[in-house]
Amino acid sequence: MSRLILILACLLFATPSLADDAYTSKELKDVYFGEAVYHAFQGEWFQAISRLDTELWQHRRVDEPALDTLHFHRNQAEFGVGDFELGYRMHQRAGRAMTAVIEGNVEEPVRNDAIYRLARLYFRKDQPENALHALERIRGAVPETIRDDVEFLRGQILMANNRFPEAARVFTDLQKARGLEGFAGYNLGIASIKEGKEQDGRASLDRTGQISGDTPAALAIRDKSNLVLGYKLLDENAGDKAKPILERVRLNGPFSNRALLGSGWADASRGLYERALVPWSILAEREVTDPAVQEAMLAVPYAYGKLNIHGRAALLYGKALDAFGNEVDKLGTSIDSVREGKFLRALGREELKQDSDWVVKLRNLPEAPETYYLLQLMASHDFQESLRNYLDLNELQKKLSVWETDLDAFEDIIGQRRAYYQPLLPGIDRAFKQLDSQIRLRMEQRERIRKRLTAILTAPRPDYLATAEERIATEKIVRLEQALAVHGGTATAAIRERIGRLRGVLAWNISTEYDQRLTDAYKDLHDLNEVVDKLKKQYEAFVRTRQAANQSYEGYDDVIRRERGLIASAREKAKTLMARQGETLETMAVDELTRRRERLEQFRINARFAIADSYDRASRAQTEENVGNQTEKGVGQ
Amino acid sequence: MYKFLKAIVTGISVFLFILPAYGLEAPKEQVKGLDEQVQEIKTDVLSIAAELNQLEEKLLYPSDTQVAIFVSMPQGEKFRLDAVDIEVDGKPVAHHLYTFKELEALQKGGVQRIYVGNVRTGEHALQVTATGKSEGGSDFRNGESFKITKNVGPRLVGVVVAGTGSNSITLKDW
Repeated sequence: MSRLILILACLLFATPSLADDAYTSKELKDVYFGEAVYHAFQGEWFQAISRLDTELWQHRRVDEPALDTLHFHRNQAEFGVGDFELGYRMHQRAGRAMTAVIEGNVEEPVRNDAIYRLARLYFRKDQPENALHALERIRGAVPETIRDDVEFLRGQILMANNRFPEAARVFTDLQKARGLEGFAGYNLGIASIKEGKEQDGRASLDRTGQISGDTPAALAIRDKSNLVLGYKLLDENAGDKAKPILERVRLNGPFSNRALLGSGWADASRGLYERALVPWSILAEREVTDPAVQEAMLAVPYAYGKLNIHGRAALLYGKALDAFGNEVDKLGTSIDSVREGKFLRALGREELKQDSDWVVKLRNLPEAPETYYLLQLMASHDFQESLRNYLDLNELQKKLSVWETDLDAFEDIIGQRRAYYQPLLPGIDRAFKQLDSQIRLRMEQRERIRKRLTAILTAPRPDYLATAEERIATEKIVRLEQALAVHGGTATAAIRERIGRLRGVLAWNISTEYDQRLTDAYKDLHDLNEVVDKLKKQYEAFVRTRQAANQSYEGYDDVIRRERGLIASAREKAKTLMARQGETLETMAVDELTRRRERLEQFRINARFAIADSYDRASRAQTEENVGNQTEKGVGQ
Repeated sequence: MYKFLKAIVTGISVFLFILPAYGLEAPKEQVKGLDEQVQEIKTDVLSIAAELNQLEEKLLYPSDTQVAIFVSMPQGEKFRLDAVDIEVDGKPVAHHLYTFKELEALQKGGVQRIYVGNVRTGEHALQVTATGKSEGGSDFRNGESFKITKNVGPRLVGVVVAGTGSNSITLKDW
């Protein structure tokens, strides 16, 4: 039985798998895209969507998207968001994202892949017409990896739209598709029967019931085909044909209980009650919560009755009655347990979710006995959807709660930074202002020198390159010449000549060393540039640090207040929704348990009548036997 | 009794034919309505997450000082990576033990952000140690030292663990 749950769990509770190569076929250029994919590969849809959404948001806002590394993965990312949202069961947003890809400027295979996913989404959401309409938009090249899957989905959608002849044609073409052999055959059988081609349908189910392969999927579809065909034949009173078909179903497979029940019935319908006892007796010893086992517990004494072994029949009816009584009590306890919230608490247990077989493990929890009876319910689509929503809401609640704590920590950090920086910054700013004015002054000087040097390249001005000593000497000469002009009368010609010679020496030195001086001046300016560049870097680093200091505690209050409001509102909504979702799950569970209890109560009534009838027949047989013995004795005397 | 059992068989037969659509008759509309509301709140919470991510980055890891280290593996590597340890300037900053799912995600081409923190601009020492089991089943422990330079703007450092031999850990600039 646990294997049935396992398979159902695998089929229905498994996270949607990603087409890995859709994300890793190209060389990775954007690390954040790689990070989103890392989360998606682990089924961490929330983190994957959150990361990729942010990356796409930023990419759409850059001035030159072609220079952004996400540019290389743009189509994959757009597609990925929809795919991940599908994984997180955000069908509305996923639908919009897929539609955006389809309508965008993408390559044909990517577009067709998106259409396929959109169609699958509609199909899952029970919108077969939309699904068909979507698939009809596929044009041109379809990626090799999904080609058969597209056709298989087309067949399923056609069946859901009651277009069985077309569906049958699709499934016929898929008979040899790798990995789909059995599934295509089974669906072909069902489509043919629905189309009215009974013989073709049966033949297809019969073929599928004998396919080779030992994978769990092949074994399961083979069993299912045989079971469906077998019961169809039984329904048509063809027990002789049904028996060998039902016997093909594995005794330890997920469909074995129903196969054993049907196999017994195939014999019983032909009056072969002794043979019917073989499968029914095996079945009656299995897990009592299974509906087929409960039916077998009535079928076995029924067969004994038919074989006129009324005493044994009465005993077995009594045994069944006791077992049903226990189960009815257990169901009553389970219903109370569900109403007390124990079922929901069990579903939310963390350690169970770490295990892929957690639905199976759930049965072993002492506080969740009801799960024995809820296997079919738990495997149903609605329950699975509701359960996942419940668990997702639980996760969201936890996230929101952690974020509230994070905001507290952020505020604490901001407070500490403010307390540290606020007293320091005014003094730092004052010192910086002084330095800043000095720096500006020096920069202006440097600029003037640069302009002069540039100017004298075209109009040489040797005097600009005079040394400080030379300039002082020139000034002194000027002063002497001025004095001579005032008191020239008394000055000797020798003095005038000496002054002229000094001026000549100065002019000579400046002129003859002009080229070297110009070169040296340029070299000095270049050296100065290096110092200035360093200074600029230090200046910019200081400005950045100064800004960072301010930004480390200013401007967050409004954002944090806003986030607090959003989180509180989301928490409230999640809480209300979670309560409603939990209530829905409990209602489903209670309804299912009640239905099973009512069924068992009906069985108990049948069993009571059958016991009485068996005792009557046993007594009658005993009486008849006694009368017969006495008659024989009388005749003998 | 015969009729009763006959009804059971018919019931199971019908059940098998409608198996794909089998489920509780339960409140379909209610389930659908709730599902739509759950989708809406997921959208709300995702949007809060995006805003909080930005806030966290701005507040805790400003771009001037931010350094983020990412771990990846070349696709198709079969060795088992058990743990990665990261030290920046001699201080241990990250130690990660890999689950099966995480390892599988790395092998398929995903990239893990193992560390995000703050460092000054300039040169820093980065020490990476990887431990695990080779494809043949033998234990390995490899360590590599690197120098990384932090300039203005976030520094994204890729650590590629490409095998179990020496020099199998390399850096990649993102």
